[in-house]
Amino acid sequence: MSSSTGLEPLDVTRIKADFPILGRPVDGHDLVFLDSAASSQRPTAVLEAMDRYYSEDHANVHRAAYALAERATNAMESSRRRVAAFVGAPSADEIVFTKNATESLNLVARSWGVANLRPGDVVVLTLLEHHANIVPWLQLAESHDVELRWIGLTPDGRLDLDDVDDLLRGASLLSVTGMSNVLGTVPPVAELAERAHAAGALVCVDACQSTPHTTTRVEDLGADFLVFSGHKLCGPTGVGVLWARSELLESMPPFLGGGGMILDVRTDGFTPAAVPHKFEAGTPPIAEIVGLAAAIDYLEAVGIDRITAHERSLTEYALESLPDRLGDDLTIFGPTDTEHRGGIVSFAFADIHPHDLSQVLDSHGVCVRPGHHCAKPLMRFLGVGATARASWYLYNDTSDIDALADALADAREFFAV
Amino acid sequence: MVNDHRTGRDDMSGLEDLYREIILDHYRSPRNRGELPVPPATRAEGFNPLCGDEIVVYLQLDDPAKGDDAVIDDIRIGGQGCSISQSSASMMSAAVKGHTVADARHLTRAFKAMMSIHEGELGGDGSESELDGDAAEVGEIALGDLDALKGVVKFPVRIKCATLGWNTLLQGFDDSGS
Ligand SMILES: Cc1ncc(COP(=O)(O)O)c(C=O)c1O
Repeated sequence: MSSSTGLEPLDVTRIKADFPILGRPVDGHDLVFLDSAASSQRPTAVLEAMDRYYSEDHANVHRAAYALAERATNAMESSRRRVAAFVGAPSADEIVFTKNATESLNLVARSWGVANLRPGDVVVLTLLEHHANIVPWLQLAESHDVELRWIGLTPDGRLDLDDVDDLLRGASLLSVTGMSNVLGTVPPVAELAERAHAAGALVCVDACQSTPHTTTRVEDLGADFLVFSGHKLCGPTGVGVLWARSELLESMPPFLGGGGMILDVRTDGFTPAAVPHKFEAGTPPIAEIVGLAAAIDYLEAVGIDRITAHERSLTEYALESLPDRLGDDLTIFGPTDTEHRGGIVSFAFADIHPHDLSQVLDSHGVCVRPGHHCAKPLMRFLGVGATARASWYLYNDTSDIDALADALADAREFFAV
Repeated sequence: MVNDHRTGRDDMSGLEDLYREIILDHYRSPRNRGELPVPPATRAEGFNPLCGDEIVVYLQLDDPAKGDDAVIDDIRIGGQGCSISQSSASMMSAAVKGHTVADARHLTRAFKAMMSIHEGELGGDGSESELDGDAAEVGEIALGDLDALKGVVKFPVRIKCATLGWNTLLQGFDDSGS
């Protein structure tokens, strides 16, 4: 299927076998998992890496002289190097571990934002953003009178670039998604970053939906900050990443205070530790960090470029076969070609509410997500309260999309619309 | 209307308990849909943040000063959402219209009990036992059509859909000072 890219197609049957949960029937059905945009599944390699860590290496990191603690510290720090290489960061010290992308974005807003933004300063966002990249900035707008500006959308759900330079004029920061978690839209981040930098603004990329599916190079993107969550790229829940250029991290005040983030504490003050530890207060999610590195190993062994090509061919297949099968009852939101979108498809179907739709699909073992997907400004733009959303990953194939089409046809029959 | 093909299909059997004919009827032809002028009516808004469902309840009481003895002269339902939230609100509006606030509160408790929600406020002495049993009739109002919603209990995530209108109604009572 991916022959046009010259990459060897994925052997999905073999990949599926790496994910124990995909082999388990749900209520007597094969699981058709089409909700990886919310959270992906984990391969055995990740589960084993975490298990091995707990069985063989666990002690609290840092602050201890015994060999076991050193092994735990090494495991964590080698994972940091692994993550740095994964996003093309010049130095592992630029990788801060958090609990998820949401915390990473809050860190940027609370630490960099509060230290650098004055009343009237401008942060530019887009209507594609997830609440995680909206609410922390709304909080700053409330507490520090920061002005928010919004890049709008074209009718097919791409960014409307016409007035971008006006919006960026005088701005301090552009914070933009690497891929919409609702429409699959992939904004031209590198181009936007260039225009933002030309206007003197820094660039934060919410790469939650892009790092799992495409090669990420912070320099190519032109990012100053980049955030993502482990659980969307086959890693465990409970670990997220903030990458930022080291000058920025150096200059930013600590976010959370506590153990692990200090050099010295007196009764009248404290001295923070060096980056990245300055931003990692308390005992970190060590096993999850180890699991994240194992997930990255797994994905890179498969080949991120092959995964991108595989998903693109699935998206092409879905954009063609679903309307073919289901006709005018199906409305797909967002870009209509795979140039501008990844493997996330939001849709409306036959006037059946997404919540009812996903209930019927669930009785077929097909997992799609109904709701506003934490993107209410985007829902308002689309003029809907909710959509049904299907999303795929390396372990899906065309049979999953066919199963979705079958289940949708049955839902139409069930509601007799 | 619901298609007959669906009966006898194993994988759909649980669903048929959820989507009873009467529910889909209220969903497609909602009762008391619309708005009332505010004031004199009051307007309360409820959200289900999980799925984006939204219910607006407009209430016209004969005399809010009468508190729980006030009569619901008129009620209208606005908003948008899934078949369970919308049909539950539609049935609720038909059930409480013309009855007192006290009876509507009773019915709300009975309905929530049917949804397996037993709230602390039931407390008191034995008032809960009134709601056990099959709760076919509570206060002056019969559950009637609402009984069709009891299949929702088997789908725990949908209970919030079914109770959204009711919680909004209670909020409307509070807002109107009754
Ligand atoms: C684009 C985007 N940003 C941020 C988030 C938040 O991720 P998390 O809940 O892991 O913090 C998500 C997850 O749904 C997302 O899709």
